[in-house]
Amino acid sequence: MSGLVTILRRDLALASRRGSEASLALMFFVLGTVLFPLGIGPDPNMLARAGAGLLWVMALLASLLSIEKLFQADWEDGSLDLLVLSGLPLAGIVLAKTAAHWLVTSLPMAVASPLLALLLNVDAKGVAALSLALLLGTPTLSLIGAVGAALTVGARRGGVLLTLLVLPLYIPVLIFGAGAAESAVAAQGARAHLLVLAAFLLAALPLCPWAAGAALRQSVE
Amino acid sequence: MHRFANPNRFLRLAAAIVPWSAAAAVLLFGVGLTYALVLSPPDYQQSETVRIMYVHVPAAWMAMGAYAFLALASAVAIVWRHPLADLAAKACAPIGAGFTAIALVTGALWGQPTWGTWWVWDARLTSVLILLFLYLGYMALWNAFDDQSRGARAAGILALVGVVNLPIIKFSVDWWNTLHQPASITRIGTPAIHPAMLTPLLLMAAAYVAFFVTLLLLRTRAEIAARRVRTLQIAHSRGPAAAAMHEPGYS
Amino acid sequence: MDSLASFLQMGGYAFYVWTSYAVTAAVLAGLLVATLRTLRAAERTAAILERDLPRRRRGRADGIGTGTPTGRD
Repeated sequence: MSGLVTILRRDLALASRRGSEASLALMFFVLGTVLFPLGIGPDPNMLARAGAGLLWVMALLASLLSIEKLFQADWEDGSLDLLVLSGLPLAGIVLAKTAAHWLVTSLPMAVASPLLALLLNVDAKGVAALSLALLLGTPTLSLIGAVGAALTVGARRGGVLLTLLVLPLYIPVLIFGAGAAESAVAAQGARAHLLVLAAFLLAALPLCPWAAGAALRQSVE
Repeated sequence: MHRFANPNRFLRLAAAIVPWSAAAAVLLFGVGLTYALVLSPPDYQQSETVRIMYVHVPAAWMAMGAYAFLALASAVAIVWRHPLADLAAKACAPIGAGFTAIALVTGALWGQPTWGTWWVWDARLTSVLILLFLYLGYMALWNAFDDQSRGARAAGILALVGVVNLPIIKFSVDWWNTLHQPASITRIGTPAIHPAMLTPLLLMAAAYVAFFVTLLLLRTRAEIAARRVRTLQIAHSRGPAAAAMHEPGYS
Repeated sequence: MDSLASFLQMGGYAFYVWTSYAVTAAVLAGLLVATLRTLRAAERTAAILERDLPRRRRGRADGIGTGTPTGRD
């Protein structure tokens, strides 16, 4: 257990030192969201309708951008081989690294989302549901992305391949995440959507690290 | 199953089957197309466009069936380490992708005159589109690594992840549609099948299956040959004495 | 000739029906041709390489083992 915590701490320290990746995801999220009204027009009603889905797509893309590097640095300098050989459970290693990734990239986005939602004129009832949905959904996105990253570590054109592999798998999370805000606004309550998101997370927590661990094992063989 | 682990045995079996499945495919296509285009009646509501159904619906069935085969073969490869199973899965992927593309294109061509729209984001169509991406991703993974066995394992894992996810995606999009489309939207789907239309439909489906079996066996044969080429190239590059050492018979 | 013309017309939906059948034929034929090409090329190359092996080992270079764990066949 302490080994996994050490990995978590190490990744967090690395991320804070490098700095650029975390802020890249957040900047992409914020700036991309700001671009949309400029692109499609400032009509408040249209923005309000599209806002929740928009924020979700931007958060999803930002998460995807950064997950590619989850194992890359370690693979390049050989520490991935050491981790695999270390005797620590591979699934645990994946979980620790994914947790670090989520804390650094997605948590800030979820925190920033209420502000951006207000900018997009999303109805107040939807804002809380949206932030909560992001909090529940982005860990699942990180976990699914980790599987993709493990499958493509060291591959040619890995980034493109990762996107192709992972985006279809993101769709259910996106649908229920964006739907949470919309149904909150429509006064139907976001509870059902949030429960489904929680279910996805509970399913992903054991399954994704296991699949990613299997992928990592055969990548260093 | 392990009786076919020996490639020579598989190749002998394949050589026996292919002429028959190929002949069956030709025959079934001939009869099926005759029924589909000439002998079957136009639909009461859809008139002649119903004939598109005879190429579209079986293609969709094959698209999903081929993926099921691919996932099964991948599971066999990963769990039992059957040496030919991952080759069979690799061989299956382009055929499945082809059927998926046919299903999507003919579906759009059927939808436009019948329901007035080329595409609609309902659960079934969206899932088939995602299925196409899964096939493409699977094929891309095989080609993404210099080490073939790594590509095989990665693709196998992806295939199994995909098979779990596809129903989830379909369910999610279904839910999403009920959320976004009030009941006034017409339900887009296959019409009730008149018995006279069942014949060409089943004939074309059987033709597709015979075609699939033929092509799968041929492609697997090609993959086996390609693997042999790679091994021989390695053996050659290390000189004749070393070449002798690299064969399974050498103790 | 009238029935041939009306057959081709497909009740006015000629474009949709014939394009569908054409696309189907094109994809299936394309798959078949590509498969046969790859098969012939691979088997030809394998035959050439095998012929050049030391004589007594010929016929054993399947390159496929009985499933060694590392998969490095």
